[in-house]
Amino acid sequence: MMRARVAFAGAIHTATPWNGADGQHSAAGVRLADGRLLAGTEVVWLPPFEVGTIIALGLNYADHAKELAFNTQQEPLVFLKGPGSLLGHRGMTRRPADVKFMHYECELAVIIGRSAKNVGRAAAMQHVAGYCIANDYAIRDYLENWYRPNLRVKNRDGGTVLGPWFVDAADVPDPANLGLRTFVNGRITQQGNTRDLIFDIPYLIEYLSSFMTLAPGDVILTGTPEGVVNVMPDDEVICEIDGLGRLINTIAGDGAFGR
Amino acid sequence: MGNAACKIPFQFAPFRLSGIVYGTLLNHASALAQLGSGIAEPPYLAPPRAPVLYIKPRNTLAASGDSVAIPAGIPELEFGACLGLVIGRTACHVTLGEALDHVAGYLIVNDVSVPHAVYYRPAVRLKARDGFCPLGPAVVARDAIGAPDALTIRSYVDGVLVQESRMGECVRSACQLLAEVTEFMTLAAGDVLAMGVAYPAPRVRAGQRVDIGVDGLGTLSNTFVAAAA
Repeated sequence: MMRARVAFAGAIHTATPWNGADGQHSAAGVRLADGRLLAGTEVVWLPPFEVGTIIALGLNYADHAKELAFNTQQEPLVFLKGPGSLLGHRGMTRRPADVKFMHYECELAVIIGRSAKNVGRAAAMQHVAGYCIANDYAIRDYLENWYRPNLRVKNRDGGTVLGPWFVDAADVPDPANLGLRTFVNGRITQQGNTRDLIFDIPYLIEYLSSFMTLAPGDVILTGTPEGVVNVMPDDEVICEIDGLGRLINTIAGDGAFGR
Repeated sequence: MGNAACKIPFQFAPFRLSGIVYGTLLNHASALAQLGSGIAEPPYLAPPRAPVLYIKPRNTLAASGDSVAIPAGIPELEFGACLGLVIGRTACHVTLGEALDHVAGYLIVNDVSVPHAVYYRPAVRLKARDGFCPLGPAVVARDAIGAPDALTIRSYVDGVLVQESRMGECVRSACQLLAEVTEFMTLAAGDVLAMGVAYPAPRVRAGQRVDIGVDGLGTLSNTFVAAAA
């Protein structure tokens, strides 16, 4: 099952995909739990679940590590993000006027459904509730060599885009073989497949749960493949993962944020 | 949030913590000074420009009185006594003059770490282990405290004073820190921003008790124990 959290007409709703059988809506329509049928552009999309700790992986695809001139890691390169950075589908992310290199990162997000402490890889997948798409923005101009990646690069408002749907784990039979793609203004700029993860999902759950208890709602952003390019105000960035949908975001300049 | 430490209640807005704690690296003059000329050498190449933050996630939160487990194979931990600013209302791009208006109150934060000498890219497992961020014992309202930059934090191991950390020696004052942090990220009501740890951070072994006291904020007390095998 795929479900979203959307705001519409004064309330927050659970919504499911609706393909617009009447021909008036695009394929990206939604059906609210109360029966209302709406175009995807009529609602405000929120991150599709109550998000707990946000755990992100750096350089977890060999090609991307090479692109950024890193050697292969001995240990997963983990960093944490805060809830203030969260944004839903069809949101707007600010690009400050003074920066030269801001890029998206299309990632498979793994949503924890059952508390996990010292879980071995054989049992790890039982702790996964489902998946969604993540776009984990970075502004490289702000990178400093202290506690990398420093939060000014990675934890900006609107810098963690999640959605559109929470997809049940049961509906993703092989999360280790999903194609990922990013399109900027309709042109494909990034392509990869989760089979190329350096540290796979069971390993990440085993590793993380060896020192921190994972709780329902915690989410692991598993890293991004090569193909990150600079994005500019008004660019439309779409991150797509097989079976999970298409996550749309628009870049906005300082003016939209009163800066 | 499913953690008891997030539920430290207080009788003024926002009434409870959000469960997220941001720590600030190298914000105490002593911590910056100990790096000497190394601050501009590899792997760092330059001193920090903007505030460098890190996150203590919800699994790390603990209350006063909780015991903190020292992982097997690690002889001692270091603990960083900090002043925590409890955000009272959404703080985005605040000015110096209005920064403190966004603070509801204060509490003591104990930022526990597995000791590490290099600040380039330490593994999260050194700072984000279960129970590695005791908080409390209470959130005290801003107006009951006066200037946060005048506070002194005293740390004791088994009753012996091991560190005095004066907030007046912070590189960025509470107001400066809030202004510069909220330039790039919004803080929400109930978030905690810890001001920074003095150098050297004291060490603690299994069986020892750590008390951290600040006049007006009470004492945060935790016993450190060996992790169950």
